Amino acid sequence: MAPVEPTTQAPASTGVILEARNLVKRYGHVTALDGVDFELRSGEILAVVGDNGAGKSSLIKALTGALIPDSGEILLDGHPVHFKGPLEARKLGIETVYQDLAVAAALDISSNLFLGRERRRPGFLGNVLRMLDKKGMRAEAERSMAELKFRLPSISSAVESLSGGQRQGVAVARAALFAKKLAIMDEPTAALGVRETGQVLDLIRAIRQRGLPVVLISHNMPNVFEIADRIHIMRLGRRAAVVSPKTHTMADVVAIMTGAAKVEGPA
Amino acid sequence: MTSPSALSSGGISTVAKRLIGTPSVGPLLVLLAFCVIFSLTNPRFLATQNLSIILQQTVIIGTLAIGQTLIILTAGIDLAVGAICVLGTILAGKLANSGYDPVLAMALAVLACTAAGVAAGSLISGLRLPPFIVTLGILGIITAALRLISAGGAFAVNDDFLGWTGSTIRLHGFVVTYGVIIMLLLYAVVWFLLNQTQWGRHVYAVGNNPEAARLVGIPVGRLLLSVYVLAAFIYGIAAWLALGRIPNADPNALQTANLDSITAVVIGGTSLFGGRGGLMGTLIGALIVGVLRNGLTLAGIDPLWQDLITGILVIVAVALDQLTRGRR
Repeated sequence: MAPVEPTTQAPASTGVILEARNLVKRYGHVTALDGVDFELRSGEILAVVGDNGAGKSSLIKALTGALIPDSGEILLDGHPVHFKGPLEARKLGIETVYQDLAVAAALDISSNLFLGRERRRPGFLGNVLRMLDKKGMRAEAERSMAELKFRLPSISSAVESLSGGQRQGVAVARAALFAKKLAIMDEPTAALGVRETGQVLDLIRAIRQRGLPVVLISHNMPNVFEIADRIHIMRLGRRAAVVSPKTHTMADVVAIMTGAAKVEGPA
Repeated sequence: MTSPSALSSGGISTVAKRLIGTPSVGPLLVLLAFCVIFSLTNPRFLATQNLSIILQQTVIIGTLAIGQTLIILTAGIDLAVGAICVLGTILAGKLANSGYDPVLAMALAVLACTAAGVAAGSLISGLRLPPFIVTLGILGIITAALRLISAGGAFAVNDDFLGWTGSTIRLHGFVVTYGVIIMLLLYAVVWFLLNQTQWGRHVYAVGNNPEAARLVGIPVGRLLLSVYVLAAFIYGIAAWLALGRIPNADPNALQTANLDSITAVVIGGTSLFGGRGGLMGTLIGALIVGVLRNGLTLAGIDPLWQDLITGILVIVAVALDQLTRGRR
């Protein structure tokens, strides 16, 4: 697929999926978000990086409804939204993958993919007896995993029998399966080894290929540079810059993160 | 590498894995082993009449164990199972003896049991109190209240409807009580709920990883409440079955129901840590307890030894669960 080149692409052809303007969040004397802006474009992987305490997780919580900002606005597809909780963000098509493996390990892969969104059999069995459509869900799960080219043992094997990378793959695939607008991944590879990280990064690429934009929060610079189309750099509760991995080096990004370098040009 | 022998050995090992992976196979083997041992030591053990008696003796604990299974699957525990059931027998008996229509009396008793479940479930899901403490408190409250109501004594309940669950019918020469049939029906219905519905899957998910369940949008509190309410409703039905077994309401009855129901659940392969196991295992576990007590009685062994052996069984079963968990 053609790589997205945000610095040269005209803004008109790049639909903005999720946007935040001037978000502020204060806890007493501590300012977590100090007027931060955010922009996710269609079909891109946007990495969000920043030092500890730079406001990364506060920003992500605001975008997923886990935190309500004091002021500022969030626009989804250009329409203002006010999330009162994570479930509301989910309903509007924003799925989040958490760092700690948020799966029910004793349940099988298919059950985990559809957890909380189980499908029922049609007709009397489903409507009256409330019977699950296990076969249908398994088939759909297998189809999606094949489409994402994510290799797993039998779809009916328990998640606890999988490797860490495969488990996180299940959580990532769940987001991909149900996100209508975008998927947010909070340090999805933090607990994984090198090879397993590779599997999950491949999966995230496959998700982009299906047209779903992804926000990736990561501490791991090589991962960010390997996969991101643009990099949103947080510093002191604000967006210090948005750069492209094609025009900037890891050293540049770290310099902006730590304030050692001034940012050239508008963010 | 794909020689026929390699293929066939792979096939056998997957079959073996399947068998080991199926949770109720282990308990079933234990049940069969006990049956073989007891039939060798006493030929009367396998007589149809004796098997029918074992089933009838299993009815109360077997039914209580259904509710206990649901609660243990959510990583909880119910120490009030016996107390709630006894509450049902005393209320139904008192009301029927004082002239209430027996059907209404039983319905009100089941309702009262269910209310106890609402109380337990609300405290556990709303205030997030540990199930162990909540049900221990309810055990104390109900036991004391029942002794006050009944002035400490047992009383006879002679009513056709309340005793109906103890009446027998013959199925292909095998004598069963209506109570046995009701118990098996309850197993079938709750098995269906657990294995074929969204509610059942959420019970497993909440027991397995409540945080993950919450993150995918499962209303964890409401689900826990529903589990405690359904369990207590089943204890109410068990009260009816108990009146069919013995036409007597006794505030001091079912003292070992906690140990026995938890034993049935745990040796049936359900994990005390929640999220693993199932109802078929519990039925087998309840039968193991029933077979053990019956077989030891036939062998002329003191009932105190039966409690002792049950105690050992439950500890062995939990130890096995702990060890297999450690390997994961």
